[in-house]
Amino acid sequence: MSILLDQKTRVVVQGITGGEGSFHTQQMIEYGTNVVAGVTPGKGGTKIFSLPVYNTVKEAVENEKADASAIFVPPPFAADAILEAASAGIKLIVCITEGIPAKDMVNVYNVIREKNIRLIGPNCPGIISPGKAKIGIMPGFIHKKGKVGVVSRSGTLTYEAVKQLSDLKIGQSTCIGIGGDPVVGSQFIDIIKLLNDDPGTEGIVMIGEIGGNAEEDAAAYIKKHVKKPVVGFIAGRTAPPGRRMGHAGAIIAGGKGTAAEKMLAMKKAGIHVVESPADIGITMQKALKKIK
Amino acid sequence: MKIHEYQAKELLKKYDVAIQDGIAIKKLSQFDAAIKKLQSRGINQYVVKSQIHAGGRGKGKLFNPKNVTELVLEGGVKFTTSVEKAKEYASKMLGNLLVTHQTGPEGKIVKTLFITEGLDYKKELYLGILLDRAVSKNVIMASTEGGVEIEKVAEETPEKIIKVWVDPAVGIQAYQARELAFGLGLTGDAFKSFLKFIIKLYKAYEQTDASLLEINPLVITNDDQVVALDAKMNFDDNALYRHPDIAAYRDLSEEDPLEVEASKSDLNYIKLDGNVGCMVNGAGLAMATMDIIKLAGGEPANFLDVGGGANKETVKSGFKIILSDKNVKAILINIFGGIVRCDRVAQGVIDAVKEISVKVPIVVRLEGTNAEEAGVLLSKSKMNFEVAMSLKEAAEKVTSVLAK
Repeated sequence: MSILLDQKTRVVVQGITGGEGSFHTQQMIEYGTNVVAGVTPGKGGTKIFSLPVYNTVKEAVENEKADASAIFVPPPFAADAILEAASAGIKLIVCITEGIPAKDMVNVYNVIREKNIRLIGPNCPGIISPGKAKIGIMPGFIHKKGKVGVVSRSGTLTYEAVKQLSDLKIGQSTCIGIGGDPVVGSQFIDIIKLLNDDPGTEGIVMIGEIGGNAEEDAAAYIKKHVKKPVVGFIAGRTAPPGRRMGHAGAIIAGGKGTAAEKMLAMKKAGIHVVESPADIGITMQKALKKIK
Repeated sequence: MKIHEYQAKELLKKYDVAIQDGIAIKKLSQFDAAIKKLQSRGINQYVVKSQIHAGGRGKGKLFNPKNVTELVLEGGVKFTTSVEKAKEYASKMLGNLLVTHQTGPEGKIVKTLFITEGLDYKKELYLGILLDRAVSKNVIMASTEGGVEIEKVAEETPEKIIKVWVDPAVGIQAYQARELAFGLGLTGDAFKSFLKFIIKLYKAYEQTDASLLEINPLVITNDDQVVALDAKMNFDDNALYRHPDIAAYRDLSEEDPLEVEASKSDLNYIKLDGNVGCMVNGAGLAMATMDIIKLAGGEPANFLDVGGGANKETVKSGFKIILSDKNVKAILINIFGGIVRCDRVAQGVIDAVKEISVKVPIVVRLEGTNAEEAGVLLSKSKMNFEVAMSLKEAAEKVTSVLAK
């Protein structure tokens, strides 16, 4: 099983005619994603990869019954693109765009929070249900269909974890990169709830990093509600305070958000916390054997 | 992006926020004109303030940059009623090294002074606005404990910090301003003055895409007016494209020259104090790689994210920047090739190493598309590469290279 996305999900790509948008649309189609339309304002009526292009998301929903959106729109217009998708009734919005101003995302977050919408990202690799479909930029071939859910703030570090799992023949149900910005649509806790409720998911890998307190919130939830084994890692133990480590959200501010604090909270919640990112796969393998 | 106090005050003035005003000078020869200007406004007491991108200036110490053990002046912010004294302070600050608890022992050279009016006040408060990530809303924090480090207050007496969260759909409301003013124990004219102040200040924070606006201290003057004695503003880098006026405030001399150089090649580099350099694609993996280096017995010399398109040019600039740090004894390259092909990255690494003759050992770990072909290319090159197939192996190779 998987969460949020499978081969039946009808995907519209916003920004489909741009460089990134068109390249990754092709990759998504090759992987098996059911891409039904694209949207580029001003290019309505044209076609790309024999898909219809519309001026608005609303038209894509009306004509093609799109129910999920992939956003590859430049940062100045991305917040608007998310709101457009939300207003058109899209229930799963995946925003890949990196570099959206935090103020724009604060507005977006507080608008969509009231609605029954799942926003993944921005500044994220996206979501993949291996063997079924992917919305995003992750390399499909490293994934393997199976029963471990992966949730992470990062891109390539998620690929690293997934590769370790696949090499040990541990497949994945759904893998989600929630994004490295200070304001993201979904937090660890939102995704972990879904993975916990998914009968097809038997274990969860959670990869956090310094900054904020989303990992601590998730740990509190896991302690209370999650019986499935959880393997956790926090990147940035060696990061100095006050410096932004690439991701806009990865910063230790006012002495808060350190890796040590997060790892401690996770350990206390019964999560199998690994010290080395090289041990994520093997630790999950051991944890899964214990429950069998 | 960070800016100086005098720049922040210049911005706040545009939003009609009451500030302790002054004149910025970069040379001592500008001092007399600045004082005259202040005197013409009826000002007869002065504060000479060092402008650097770090806090704790008042309690900082100034040293001679040519002889760092020679203490020139205690305090990077000085109050006086005497023009002669003010000039003496100015001469001891400009061009000297200011060391505060935030600068680290290396300190920062004072290149600009802000000569301001000296206010008489009866109370110091704290005010800060920033994004609260837990709820994705801006939070305004106020405290009666002004003039001290707010982190300390938060730690020791959290009940002394009042917080209100602003709903972005409606902005700051009058009742929230009152809540803060009552919480700070203000009455009469000071109460009224604060209400106006906080509404304008929030507007300035919002409209400039600030990521932090801190007034510490905010003072109540003897005539019950609320005035920003200091001002610290940081801005969201992602939003600078819509504020060219603010982007122009960037002071490159306050930033690490290597980091500035890296940003020119679209590389995200942060210098650290260790002995193992690293080059990685992706911020999360870069942090994880630094952690691996530490576990392997080394200390990371840097954070370096080369981004999605790791090619010969980016790898070359990466090497140059890493190697300009003389502490680097080994380099670990960790690239996860998803869309980007590893054999191409490997060729880029080989070409770059040939071109700039790298002397230190290089551990290369390439994973993903065409990783095996990449490994063959690296081994065949007969250069100083240690090829690792997994993250674990990469860590082990770093350890063995350091032991040599």
